[in-house]
Amino acid sequence: MASFKPTKIQIYPQLGAKVTQDTLYWKNYKAPVQVKEFGAITNIDFSPLAPHNYAVTASTRIHIYGPFSQEPVKTFTRFKDTAYSGRFRSDGQLLVAGCEDSVVRLFDVSGKVALRMFKGHTKAVHVADFTSDCYHILTCSDDYTCCLWDIPNSTELTKYKEHSDYIRCGATSKLNKDLFVTGSYDHTLKMFDARVQKSVMTMDHNHPVESVLFYPSEGLLVSAGGRYVKVWDLLKRGQPLVSLKNHHKTVTCLCLSGNGQRLLSASLDRHVKVYNTTNYKVVHSFDYTASILSLALAPEDESVVVGMTNGILSIKHRKTSEEKQGPTGQPRRQPVFRVFVKGRNCVPKQDDFLVSKSAKSHLAKYDKQLKRFNVSKALDTALENRKPEITVAVIKELDRRGTLKNALAGRDEQNLSQLVNFLIGNVVDPRFAPVLVTATEMILDIYKAVVGQSSVVDRQLVRLQELVEREIDYQQDLLEVLGMLDTLFASTLPRKEVPCPVLHCSVLVHELVPFII
Amino acid sequence: MVEHTGIRVVHRGGSKINFREPVITSDSRFLLCGSGESVKVYSTSTEECVHDLQGHTDLVTGVVLNPSNHLQAYSCSADGTVRLWDFTDGILIKTFIIRYHIFSIHVSEKHVGVLFVVVPMANEKGSELFQLVAVHLPRSGDPEVEVGELSAVLCDVSPNPGAVSFGTGGEYIAAAKGLQLEVFFFKKQKSYRFSLKSGMNKGINNSFTCISCHPKEDCIATGHADGKIRLWRNFNQKKEYTYSTLHWHHNAVNTLRFTPEGTNLLSGGIESVLVQWRYTQENQKDFLPRLGAAITHIAVSPDGSLFCTSHADNKITIILSSVKVSAIIQGLVKDDCVRTDLMIDPRSKALVLNGKPGHLQFYSLHRDKQLYNLDIVQQEYIHEQGVDQFQVVKAAFDTHGDWLATVEERRQKSSELEINLKLWSYDEQTQSFVLNTTVTAPHEDQITAMCFSPSPETTLLVTTSLDGHFKAWLLADHSDTEESASWSCDFVGGYHLLKPGCCCFSADGSLLAFGFQEVVTVWSPTSWELLTTLSQPPGAVRDLCFGRLSCSKYLLGTSTKNQLCCWNLLTCSLEWNTPMDVSLLQADPFSENMAAFCSQSGSTDLFVFKPSEPRPLFSKKALCTGKVERAIFAPRDQMLESSEEYSQWLNRSQLYFLTQHMDLMTFSTKTEEDRLLASSKQLMVDDSVAITPFYLLLGRHKQQQQEKQELLTNPLAERTPLPQGSIAIKELLDTPAHVLPSASFLCSMFVRSLLVSSSSRSKLEDNVCTP
Repeated sequence: MASFKPTKIQIYPQLGAKVTQDTLYWKNYKAPVQVKEFGAITNIDFSPLAPHNYAVTASTRIHIYGPFSQEPVKTFTRFKDTAYSGRFRSDGQLLVAGCEDSVVRLFDVSGKVALRMFKGHTKAVHVADFTSDCYHILTCSDDYTCCLWDIPNSTELTKYKEHSDYIRCGATSKLNKDLFVTGSYDHTLKMFDARVQKSVMTMDHNHPVESVLFYPSEGLLVSAGGRYVKVWDLLKRGQPLVSLKNHHKTVTCLCLSGNGQRLLSASLDRHVKVYNTTNYKVVHSFDYTASILSLALAPEDESVVVGMTNGILSIKHRKTSEEKQGPTGQPRRQPVFRVFVKGRNCVPKQDDFLVSKSAKSHLAKYDKQLKRFNVSKALDTALENRKPEITVAVIKELDRRGTLKNALAGRDEQNLSQLVNFLIGNVVDPRFAPVLVTATEMILDIYKAVVGQSSVVDRQLVRLQELVEREIDYQQDLLEVLGMLDTLFASTLPRKEVPCPVLHCSVLVHELVPFII
Repeated sequence: MVEHTGIRVVHRGGSKINFREPVITSDSRFLLCGSGESVKVYSTSTEECVHDLQGHTDLVTGVVLNPSNHLQAYSCSADGTVRLWDFTDGILIKTFIIRYHIFSIHVSEKHVGVLFVVVPMANEKGSELFQLVAVHLPRSGDPEVEVGELSAVLCDVSPNPGAVSFGTGGEYIAAAKGLQLEVFFFKKQKSYRFSLKSGMNKGINNSFTCISCHPKEDCIATGHADGKIRLWRNFNQKKEYTYSTLHWHHNAVNTLRFTPEGTNLLSGGIESVLVQWRYTQENQKDFLPRLGAAITHIAVSPDGSLFCTSHADNKITIILSSVKVSAIIQGLVKDDCVRTDLMIDPRSKALVLNGKPGHLQFYSLHRDKQLYNLDIVQQEYIHEQGVDQFQVVKAAFDTHGDWLATVEERRQKSSELEINLKLWSYDEQTQSFVLNTTVTAPHEDQITAMCFSPSPETTLLVTTSLDGHFKAWLLADHSDTEESASWSCDFVGGYHLLKPGCCCFSADGSLLAFGFQEVVTVWSPTSWELLTTLSQPPGAVRDLCFGRLSCSKYLLGTSTKNQLCCWNLLTCSLEWNTPMDVSLLQADPFSENMAAFCSQSGSTDLFVFKPSEPRPLFSKKALCTGKVERAIFAPRDQMLESSEEYSQWLNRSQLYFLTQHMDLMTFSTKTEEDRLLASSKQLMVDDSVAITPFYLLLGRHKQQQQEKQELLTNPLAERTPLPQGSIAIKELLDTPAHVLPSASFLCSMFVRSLLVSSSSRSKLEDNVCTP
């Protein structure tokens, strides 16, 4: 005797993005903490030292925040004008910042007053950074030049005048103290070697460059400008490797994840995209409320900090393992320990005879009624269900059994209006339409004799009619569009000759273009 | 062409076991049922076939136990003989030649030496009238006896054996036909007829379908086509008979049976529910629902401890009297047609075809036994007439048997076609197929052909449909997501909106051929480029087949207008063609050979050939009547070493085919028959125990043991071996208890080991007597 097979609930394909390891990883952050700054946040930099404080450059100040505080632990305010690019040295002791007034200032993290001031640029300095030997500073300015400075003497070492527009981004190599790269609004990226007096490599980005970034291995270089993110192979003399166009506004900032496996790009279109660095596919994306100017990731991806044009700093912290379980709410009442554990962890001994007990199969309520051939009751039960998939599956099953008409017939006003309500909600859903159209037709056939007796049902039937008419119009429009697309595709498809045995050409004259959809 | 006499066409398994009512022996250990031209003896406890009683030359139409000897059984057949068997040893005792086409057989304990058989009135095959005759069996020692004496008992009876039944102790016999019930009393030599009013004008069909007499009281239960059961009483007079009506079945009652004590009445029908009515308390019923298929016969063992029901899907269910299923004997399920092709499962080498509605059956050809059913549709089957059910219409295996693709469809009268494509992966742990992907509505119209790519690199499935497209399905690996691998559509193609009818991959999977009506298109499955088109009008392409091994450069096609064409793929030209109405073209997967079944004037011819050679290797005219639609080459488990040229093609594989009447036939060579004969002699096993694989192991052991014991006892006749030294005792004490057989079995062995063997004792006695 076979057991009753329950009604099969159709699983419809889930639309939208699939759940991947990346989605799980990047979704595993708490709700963002938001801090209001005085102006657009142009730069965020994490200290390489343990508590991983971060410097946020906004308007005329640089705030330093602790990892979990929402109040700045320290503030540098000695700027005459808008500050830019507050960055930590690799030992976390010093911080350098450019300024709109062309002066570059060097601060001790614990102090307040600038230790050194580097004067020599004539226009705003947007980039200031330490070289890897910690004794020099690279600055790039809107006067089309970039300079290397000596920290102890605060003297200018070299000045490069190769760009022909504002230099708005630059990066120093972490492995070689003499190498650095700059990106300019003249669409080029230039790589300089401090031992030589001119650039050693030039790459054309085709758009004003907003951000550059070295890979940890420094064999690859990423640049962002316009809507494009481009990856360059430095070992092949700056050959372009890949060009990504996933944003629909200018990409402003680039960043690598802690393990170097994922690349993040932030854009004015309010999105942050996460790329896989092996195949450069977007694996995840974040949405923000305003255009993003700066982005930084804490070491080990512990937090994602984003600065926006409206001065809001958004900080997301990674969930710890306890929080990952989700909110438990109030603790559930536990059953008595002995009842719960009884026999649960009993392992059969060697000589024990194991009597297996067949698991009792649980049937849903509508299945129980279907098993007893109570078709109307089964339909009622299914209608009470919240999920339309289940209701549709039961209707389909009744139709298969040939008893749908019996189940639909013989309903009073309340029952019928419940049924029609369900139809109004779901009949135009393309997933359910094939099943529900038959049911709708049956209902109209059965109850056409009593139309006009109940105002409630009549009103619903009118609504249903309007709905169906609107749907038919949509369908017609869509078919028209499809026809247009077909002509377009057909005209662009290349015509190709296919070899055909000569023997039969005289007999059969076929167009030798396969009809491919 | 020469006809080859060394190769015969033989029936090989898969015959019906539900054609007539099975019989349970009086000790309830065996079950006998007619199966094609033989009677099969099954063990009721292990479901294994113990004996195959062969001897009849036509369909066996009935089996009954000999009422005077409970170890013997009569069987009757359409060949006009009744045979008496000893079913415990599988020996034919006697043959009674009656020379009529016998439809059923009935016996009663009261009538010793008399058989009642149903034969046609006039001795013609087409006759519609049947009579029940008494056959007085002559007492003679000859194994073959001609029966002269036939005396008619009842005229105009139904040929259905369920419509005739003996009453209380054989005093009367009741038969029903149409709307009439006839009861014949042997003592009075008088018959009474009772007829029902026709309900046809009210739309009710109340004709009789089956009958059963109460074994202790004067009561006859009759089943009717409208689902009613009537209990007739007081029928030994013409006028004052009465009947009461029971109604539960909503379709015809197929079969009725009283239990031997008469306490219960069992009934069954298309609902596939066994209903047990309490006699005299008819409102109390027990049900055994969901038995799988319509019940056709019910049999009860003489002691009433077992019931068995035959089902329309060639199955016998053995049920304990507590209404619990204890065993299922399943034969090859044959619907009226095989919608899926015949296939061979690459793993189990079993024949696969559609079986029960919504299932695929795996059938072992070597053991003539169904291995298992795979539920494809996974829906509750509604046992009701006129309900459109899902049917499995296509199935395909990939080369290693890792994947199975099935197509099920349901065509409703009113609405559109429902099609599902399902892909099943083989699960090593459960040793069965697990559903991986379901594609609803893979095509807009019926799927005409489906095949897997044989190339080992890709897992690719191609389906063609009447909607004018073919689709390629690929196993997409979602290693980056949570879900496991699933199938998705990779490519949709077509050719001038023509309807594709067949598809075929070349042996290495590098080419793919589609038959688009008259045009054959050859595609590359890696780039989905149309490589070439071939055609040989007129007539649409019916079947396509790539050559294999040394003939892999050839593509063979058959068309509806009696053409068999062979194209050379290197030159893209026609190599040869021949006018032939090929109904089926089948390639042997183990050699270059091809088999072509040609239908010609109502019968089918077979040609086996190599595409490269103009001369057929083997041909057989008039293989069978009607068209052959399904055939398959099955691999042999043991290679044959036939050196004759005409039978070499059967060395590595065996060709099975299904005739129009759904008989599974195959070809057998002389060497094979010799081998079979030899093996059947070896397999003479002591059948005091049911044959199970376990028994086979143990039984051999026991034989060896006996031999050893004889060796031991013979030279030392006067001295019995010490109990500790006995092998049986050692066996008993050393083997772990859980692998030992039951104590009752061991006991006899143990006791026997203690006794002095009879041969040695007789010697002793002789010694005593002589002086």
